[in-house]
Amino acid sequence: MNEYREEKVNIIGSGLAGLMASITLAKKGISSRLFSVQASERAQSVMAEGGINGALNTMGENDSTEDHFQDTMRAGCDIADPEAVRGLTDAAPQIIEMLRELGVPFDQKADGTIIQRNFGGQKKKRTAYAKSSTGKIIMTALIDEARRYEAEGLIERFSSHELIRLLICDGKAVGAAVKNTYTGELMAVCGPVILACGGMNGMFPGRTTGTTANSGDAAAIAFSQGVIFSNLEMIQYHPTTIAIPGKRCLVSEAARGEGGRLYIERDGKPWYFMEEKYPELGNLMPRDVVSREMYFALHDEDLGDQVYLDLTGLPKETWKKKLPDLRQEIMDYLSIDPARVLVPVEPGIHYFMGGIHVDVKHRTNIRNLYAAGECCSQYHGANRLGGNSLLGAIYGGMTAADTVLRDDILTGNLCDEAKWQGCISEIDETACSNIHATPEVAAKTAHILYNALGIVREETTMQRAKNEIEKLIEENRNRPRDLPRLNLAEAMLSSAISRRESRGAHYRSDFPQRDENFQGYTRVQCPARRELPSFTHCE
Amino acid sequence: MSGEEGAAIIYTLRIKRQKSQGDPSFWQDIEFCCEEGSNETVATALTAINQRTETVDTSGKPVGEIGWECSCLQKKCGACAMVINGKPGLACDAFLKNYKVKGPIVIEPLRKFPVIRDLIVDRSVMRENLKTVHAWMEGKAASVGERQNERMYDASRCLQCGCCLEVCPNFCPGESFVGAAGAIPLSRLIHAAEKDAGKTLKKAYDRKVYQECGKSLACVDICPAKIDIGRTLSSTNALAIWKK
Repeated sequence: MNEYREEKVNIIGSGLAGLMASITLAKKGISSRLFSVQASERAQSVMAEGGINGALNTMGENDSTEDHFQDTMRAGCDIADPEAVRGLTDAAPQIIEMLRELGVPFDQKADGTIIQRNFGGQKKKRTAYAKSSTGKIIMTALIDEARRYEAEGLIERFSSHELIRLLICDGKAVGAAVKNTYTGELMAVCGPVILACGGMNGMFPGRTTGTTANSGDAAAIAFSQGVIFSNLEMIQYHPTTIAIPGKRCLVSEAARGEGGRLYIERDGKPWYFMEEKYPELGNLMPRDVVSREMYFALHDEDLGDQVYLDLTGLPKETWKKKLPDLRQEIMDYLSIDPARVLVPVEPGIHYFMGGIHVDVKHRTNIRNLYAAGECCSQYHGANRLGGNSLLGAIYGGMTAADTVLRDDILTGNLCDEAKWQGCISEIDETACSNIHATPEVAAKTAHILYNALGIVREETTMQRAKNEIEKLIEENRNRPRDLPRLNLAEAMLSSAISRRESRGAHYRSDFPQRDENFQGYTRVQCPARRELPSFTHCE
Repeated sequence: MSGEEGAAIIYTLRIKRQKSQGDPSFWQDIEFCCEEGSNETVATALTAINQRTETVDTSGKPVGEIGWECSCLQKKCGACAMVINGKPGLACDAFLKNYKVKGPIVIEPLRKFPVIRDLIVDRSVMRENLKTVHAWMEGKAASVGERQNERMYDASRCLQCGCCLEVCPNFCPGESFVGAAGAIPLSRLIHAAEKDAGKTLKKAYDRKVYQECGKSLACVDICPAKIDIGRTLSSTNALAIWKK
């Protein structure tokens, strides 16, 4: 184990949240180490398509940060922290301006003002975008910006490194153990830690729109080391995804924002069910509502067995200027031209609103440990608005970095030598040679979770799934590779069972109504296996 | 997946293996079965082969896990770049139905970078090159017109996959020329800069791109992101070299 005792901020994950945290620190002259399984160019953030929300009010619709706040809270079904959401929506216009100053080529009007598009759950055009590759375009600009500080030595990028274990001493994080997957080198790095390790895609391999490089292990490791998670039941199914080899592929909400319509056949004719049921927002209702309506339509015997996205009415100019990459993607992977042919779509897992529980300043329950981006549960409550994920990742990364500075941790005395050595000695280097769950256990776990945590859930199925996971835990009690994942899986099911109501992405056929007694977040900590998650009400 | 269900079809993937950096390389032929006309790619074939419990090659020798990198599986991240039948490209974009069934599909790591294991290569030289050309914004980005914005957008799509460097006769790791993978990010920054700014960027572009590019244009047709490299370079030449 090679030791890096110099105290620096250690950031696990180099996607949007991690990059932004490192840049924010570097701007203040603070050094950070940026660890990731692959380089930032490969992070899931590059896959975000539709845009980033911010009340710039460039479309003459009298938009305001207050409207953005209200829409975000409403879509999240009032369980996100209003103080945190207020911070997010108030900061959004400046964040978009900052990105523009870094050379992000947002689509713009002739006079240079940014054009904004409609996105789901919002009545006003609030989503700034770069055609249909917004995440990639923003990441390019931020990677360039991080490079400035890399050259100054303030940011060290460690690509091909994975988290092995958090180093926790006397209840506070003092660093992390990471492994260089190219060389096998184990490193113990000293300093506070910001987790920016993305959503829990790896718990559902092949079934999400996210990166296949996310194994879910970083989240499982953090959970197994006592980090509190919240709202794990809140899993977003995006209404419009297509099956491509190996995973699901997103058809951006921008397609509906630009005029795409969902329909299913009824009596041999197209039925535009969203438009009929929700005349005001129609196809642009929040994602939880659209996915659920698609589920109900598909399970109605009188209706067809496939929902289609009709993009054939979109003007040529829209395809050329606003959605060229999306069109190409569908042509490549479905061999159809969406400008001429209907696109068969299905809901697919797209985002995890739940995750590491953080306070308004992105602190976790463990001192000196912070979390930002999709791995944490913060801004999106029970359902995330399209366009708020890029924003949440950037703002979260900035806030976490600011909090590290405010907490004044980098004193050089984070951990004395004896305690540091004690901490490192607990690491079993042999066990570190492979921290990933065995493929069979990972596959079984994913199958169980997927069957129980669909768009529509109910007690018996979830309880049966929980029993199966408990059985796997008993069978694998002596396998440190598998236990963290199984514990996290059980926590997800326990959280879903404990919320006996329907809210946002969590819809229960046995409790189909929202119940104000549950207006709060589920909270779960390992090892509390036999107990239901505690429940905390919003204030 | 689209297309009608077809008959089973067996492809042979001839994969260049190498246990680690210092080990000798060797070839293994591995069969992969899928439906004719299906949308399987080299990426999905590699995934499926790695998921099998005990894979053997066509001569009965064990295969073990094949090292390769992937992330998005939809041409947005560049992780899975490799050489397929002699041509660099993304494994997630290499549809098996586009290859002949007779004869193997030959899969090798990119050859301009050090091999880590099997198809995994260390592409950090690209990142280091971008540091040497100071590839970051000088000052704030300017207000630009639609055409310039388009060029910035196109350049921002660069995957840093390394395919353009693979085919470039002038690029050699460790030497001064940064290739298209260096020129395209520079192009975004030069287009974004205020008229009188970006001097360091332009100088670096002149020295490490313009003066050293042999104009073979081998990179033009190879980019998996289909960046219009010719147009991007000529537009950047105008700004950085001819000062138009």
